[in-house]
Amino acid sequence: MNNSVSNTARLLGAGLRALLVLTLVTGVLYPLAVTGIAQAAFHHQANGSEIKADGKVVGSSLIGQQGYSLDYFQPRPANGLGENSVNTQYKLILSGATNRSGDNPELIKWVKEAKAKVVKENSTADYKVKPFQVPADAVTSSGSGLDPDISPAYADLQVHRVAERNGLPVAQVRKLVDEHTEGRTLGFIGEPRVNVLELNIALRELVEGD
Amino acid sequence: MGPVLAGVLQLLALIGALALAYIPLGDYMAKVYSTDKHWRVEKWIYKGIGADPDTEMRWTAYLRGVLAFSAVGVLFLYLLQRVQGVLPGSLGFASIDPDQAFNTAVSFVTNTNWQSYYGEQAMGHVVQTAGLAVQNFVSAAVGIAVAVALVRGFARSRTGELGNFWADLVRGVVRILVPGAFVAAIVLVACGAIQNFSGIHEVGQFMGGSQQWNGGAVASQEAIKELGTNGGGYFNANSAHPFENPTPFTNLFEIFLILVIPFALTRTFGVMVGSVKQGYAILATMATIWIGFTALMMWTEFAHHGPAFDIAGGAYEGKEVRFGVGGSSIFATATTLTSTGAVDSFHSSFTGLGGGITMLGMMLGEIAPGGTGSGLYGMLIMAVIAVFIAGLMVGRTPEYLGKKIGAREIKLAACYILVTPALVLVFTAAAMALPTPVNSMTNSGAHGFSEILYAYTSASNNNGSAFAGLNADTQWFNSALGLCMLFGRFLPMVFVLALAGSLAEQKPVPATAGTLRTEKPLFTGLLVGAILIVTGLTYFPALALGPLAEGLAS
Repeated sequence: MNNSVSNTARLLGAGLRALLVLTLVTGVLYPLAVTGIAQAAFHHQANGSEIKADGKVVGSSLIGQQGYSLDYFQPRPANGLGENSVNTQYKLILSGATNRSGDNPELIKWVKEAKAKVVKENSTADYKVKPFQVPADAVTSSGSGLDPDISPAYADLQVHRVAERNGLPVAQVRKLVDEHTEGRTLGFIGEPRVNVLELNIALRELVEGD
Repeated sequence: MGPVLAGVLQLLALIGALALAYIPLGDYMAKVYSTDKHWRVEKWIYKGIGADPDTEMRWTAYLRGVLAFSAVGVLFLYLLQRVQGVLPGSLGFASIDPDQAFNTAVSFVTNTNWQSYYGEQAMGHVVQTAGLAVQNFVSAAVGIAVAVALVRGFARSRTGELGNFWADLVRGVVRILVPGAFVAAIVLVACGAIQNFSGIHEVGQFMGGSQQWNGGAVASQEAIKELGTNGGGYFNANSAHPFENPTPFTNLFEIFLILVIPFALTRTFGVMVGSVKQGYAILATMATIWIGFTALMMWTEFAHHGPAFDIAGGAYEGKEVRFGVGGSSIFATATTLTSTGAVDSFHSSFTGLGGGITMLGMMLGEIAPGGTGSGLYGMLIMAVIAVFIAGLMVGRTPEYLGKKIGAREIKLAACYILVTPALVLVFTAAAMALPTPVNSMTNSGAHGFSEILYAYTSASNNNGSAFAGLNADTQWFNSALGLCMLFGRFLPMVFVLALAGSLAEQKPVPATAGTLRTEKPLFTGLLVGAILIVTGLTYFPALALGPLAEGLAS
């Protein structure tokens, strides 16, 4: 009995030493080495791909923002986004999805309301949006709640509104959208997309430049 | 080009990349676990452990090593979270409550990475990097070690010796996972994943005001999270978060990382048992199921049946624009057919049938291609079952790889395949019968039941993904799911290692005209059938109440 207790203790001791040594390798040396290279070679990306407008940081090109006025292009809904509930000395963005199923009454209601809103807001005096034109990404929340992109179809849908509200020719705004449309990587990876923050920064420059 | 064609081309590109890596990586890993040379750094590590890497272990000693190392891992990770409040470099984050700390510690040590916490608000740099990320490496290395021990059981004869656990563990980390993760992490940073140790970033916003994110060693953790089929996200949104998975390319790259080791291990197996064709037969079985599931997933997600998706015009809820339906479907299938559980889109908002496919993938035991190591040993257990069934049909004593599959072997294999269904079904039934667990559901009806079934399936199979509407941070779920993860990981390992020991003691039986040719397509067909039937019969009633009911209604 004593023998098996001391054997177990010896084994657990070996386990602990193994864990500590491997923690040093994989939990200290490895992340420090990656961080060193990342900070030296990819400083911009490693620190969050911050993006500036008029010399001021206005966010990260990878992190979608909410709350744009109707003068600007609108992002996707983010009904799953939250704010931290613990460690409340901070006001952290809490990424997340709605996790509602396709037959969930709340989701059905959100989608219907979002669709009606998109149709109403984007219809101008001489341009009427029809419900079937509204793409799926315009009325659904993303997985992270931080999707920085919208589909080119949703951007196109907003062109008339944005042009009217900023007093710009439709063609000029459409050209701006085209310039900010990124196709599939290598022609087949992912989906075509428009980065909302970058597009809105360019729009503001265009408006203020006039 | 339409999105469907783009999705198919992404799948083909992925298959091509995996095929290119298959032979070099598989051969390399076979060498890693066969050579008797030690690297200098490994010698230092063995000295630190106080273990002699050249001592051969019988299955009981090997198992004791696995259990001791894992027990210490759980305890260490638990304590690290419990003292987070006073740890430096933790952003001032509070300590984690006992039930959640237990759940999380078990979760990461068992390679499950179920998360009942929100990463960005709960875990500081030290716990993430020196605690959670470490288990991302070592739990994967333990999985590969156990698989290699089983392969040695087939390859060796007239000995009970299965190798040295400490050597297999250390080599897996030092020679395979760290170099692989290092390269992958740099690629991810170059594409936009963050990697820093700064505090909370507060940056201005376009319309005024500001937003706060936390920084961290995200890319380095993301790389091993996928490569070790772990799946625990730095952020709550996991691989849907742009800082973890910034571009369409990184999405495909992360899927590649998830699949590359589990597939290549079939080559390692073939080389070590002296017949690469045996490895190809196992590979073909895994690939058939994986490609079949991926095709079904794309079909149902592009077809987007479901009231909300019909109104929206697509199943885009919970999916990112940059990945699209195609990239999200490929990821969801890969993550649930392995023990990964990372998500780039949220499975709860998939179509009813799509959600069912993710669950069925886990229920198959995550063997196509499965987790690092656990996929190979799970599949080899099914192969033992399949030759047994074939033996019954023709009335011969079954053999596999020159070893007789006798009563002892079949009993161990049967115990292995009974563990997870028993955990999943008993705990799901208990949760449904008790008054409070159902309060955690976000959705009601069939989908609500699916949330609970998914949780126990995910935990017991050490996957870690979720129908995340379920509020799992309750004492019941933290404790019950923690137990599922523990039993679901280590009981099967006991049976695998016992089987390995039993096989290694046998003397090989020569192949005769009556021996089932297990390297032929016929066997692959038999194996696929055995897997689907065994699992299908076990879980069909539960699936019918959840995802099938939801999918057929819409």
